[in-house]
Amino acid sequence: MKFVDEFRDGRLASSLVAAISHDVSRARQYRLMEFCGGHTHAISRYGLADLLPANVQLIHGPGCPVCVLPIGRIDQAIALALEKGVILCSYGDTLRVPASGSLSLLKAKSRGADIRMVYSTLDALQVARDNPSREVVFLAIGFETTTPPTAAAVQIAQAEGLQNFSILCNHVLTPAAMHAILASPDRVQIDGFIGPAHVSTVIGSVPYEQFPAQYEKPVVIAGFEPLDVLQAIHMLILQINQGRAEVENEFTRAVTREGNTKAQALVSGIFELRDAFEWRGLGSVPASALKLRAAYRSFDAEIRFGQPYQPVADHKACECGAILRGEKHPRDCRIFGIACTPDNPVGSCMVSSEGACAAHYTYGRFCVAAAG
Amino acid sequence: MNTPALRNIRSIDLRNGYVDLTHGSGGRAMAQLIRELFARHLGNPYLAQGDDGAVLPAASGRLVLATDAHVVSPLFFPGGDIGCLSVHGTLNDVAVMGAQPLYLTASFILEEGFPLADLDRIVASMAQAARDAGVPVVTGDTKVVERGKVDGIYISTTGLGVLRDGIAVSGAYASVGDAILVSGRMGDHGMAIMSAREGLAFESPIVSDTASLHDMIAGLLDAVPTVHTLRDVTRGGLAATLNEICQQSDVGMLLEENQIPVSSSVAAACELLGLDPLFVANEGKIIVICPPEDASKALQALQGHPLGREASLVGHVQTDPNHFVQMRTGLGGMRIVDWMSGDQLPRIC
Repeated sequence: MKFVDEFRDGRLASSLVAAISHDVSRARQYRLMEFCGGHTHAISRYGLADLLPANVQLIHGPGCPVCVLPIGRIDQAIALALEKGVILCSYGDTLRVPASGSLSLLKAKSRGADIRMVYSTLDALQVARDNPSREVVFLAIGFETTTPPTAAAVQIAQAEGLQNFSILCNHVLTPAAMHAILASPDRVQIDGFIGPAHVSTVIGSVPYEQFPAQYEKPVVIAGFEPLDVLQAIHMLILQINQGRAEVENEFTRAVTREGNTKAQALVSGIFELRDAFEWRGLGSVPASALKLRAAYRSFDAEIRFGQPYQPVADHKACECGAILRGEKHPRDCRIFGIACTPDNPVGSCMVSSEGACAAHYTYGRFCVAAAG
Repeated sequence: MNTPALRNIRSIDLRNGYVDLTHGSGGRAMAQLIRELFARHLGNPYLAQGDDGAVLPAASGRLVLATDAHVVSPLFFPGGDIGCLSVHGTLNDVAVMGAQPLYLTASFILEEGFPLADLDRIVASMAQAARDAGVPVVTGDTKVVERGKVDGIYISTTGLGVLRDGIAVSGAYASVGDAILVSGRMGDHGMAIMSAREGLAFESPIVSDTASLHDMIAGLLDAVPTVHTLRDVTRGGLAATLNEICQQSDVGMLLEENQIPVSSSVAAACELLGLDPLFVANEGKIIVICPPEDASKALQALQGHPLGREASLVGHVQTDPNHFVQMRTGLGGMRIVDWMSGDQLPRIC
């Protein structure tokens, strides 16, 4: 597969691993957070952690859209589908996220809720066109990567006068979450960030420049292929060794400093900052999420159906919060792999393939079994 | 069959007609559908007996019986359709038991309003697959349900075969040290269905691998009667098949990712849709587990058959109380190849 295989080449990987081993200082630990679930998945899928020296530690970050969605947000969507009778359109990953009352969107579907999995916001618009007598709500989730398609859908719906379409907006912002992690008083020790791939194609590298400046943490923006991750690790190690803290871009084939300005303009035309948004694991984070601008309020399902967000506490034994903050590893959770598995997830990190627990369960748990 | 009353009635309209409830009611319309459509394609002396069941000659040896329901969507896909799929799927279930398939039965659940032209095409494809395999459909049944109660057509088939002498294969017989072989590229069927559903187009189109494998399996078992485990790699893909065997045989496995054949189109389609070819269904592939000393003979036997040309030795069985299927990735790291969670591709077969 052209332009993909090149970034999964085993021989190039070995030489990058050799360079990393050559350049690490034995005298110190390197604690690197990969912010994105896409990186977490690549690291687990290709077994990259096995290839690294023991003193290079990868800490999974919160960049998995369904993982950071608090239970109350899924409850809202289920209530719209079950009680208000809307057709709820959602990306596939969201369907299995556990909600209140042992429900999930998938379980609500088996109880009669009309829930449709879509690959694109355009599919959701089509569902609305095809069902003019029904209300159609798109459960909009994700970081800056999935926001422009939602913005485009709202724009199209308005242009077409599509009265029966609205969105349940849960779009969140990456830099705000990185701030929350770094500013937390009992935060985990992090020496540098493997910066987002797809998110950065939209927002560019400028928004990360505050992290070296304010917290003296290097950030290397990296693609989601395994060689991207290894190269970014090498670049971070060199920065740390040299006492530098800068934003560097490994993913130059897709990310520019300014990002996709057209997408940024589209998003800021449709959305504005929320004062605060509750994240699973990070709690309420100021200015960390988006809502529709006043001119587009009629597309806001929360307002249209009077279905406000109600916070719900996480399951007591679930460690998703600490795992999302990088404080704990999935293997530190008592219910990991026992009460909580990908087939019957208790916490959100066990749901998406980008979630730290699902990635560890699916690809890496043999290490724990071997050690234990 | 002496049925003068029926001889002169107007034939069913195979070009523009539709299935209606009378076609399953047991009356004249049903008899006509059976005669003019099912029997016309599938006809053989057993079916022609025309009774409630088929009377078959005595078979020598132990019998193997397997049954399979087919609900695939879309009904027609690149490389096949629900008709040939319903023959191949069941014949392969019989064949991987180490048996020679002899007879098939088929039952159809049809939706009121289903185009007779589509039904004709599907039954013709079924008949062709049965003829190619040398296994007749000896008895069958048709039911029609109201519109909306099924999605067009569902087909259940059952296969009966005779176990070959001296063969003992089971998912429980994989032993530590055994070699693991696959008979060809992984994921073609599932991605053919998926690209048909999603309207994906590739430079080289992805075509389902649906095929009857008993001939290839017979050649394999002739060459290597010591085979421990045979299984067709269907729903859940290679991952599910190997995990099942690990549980049954109380072992673990180690695979080499670089040795697992996947076509570049399937790899690209999976990449695009966020799927893993190891979890994607096949309808014309098997895995073979045999003693390591017989591995090259088994590989040769598979590669000598047109359906096994790309067979590959992909790993070996090892001790593991946790029953993990582990894999050395193309980059040299290790990972698990786990069971699939949820349903990656519903209604694949």
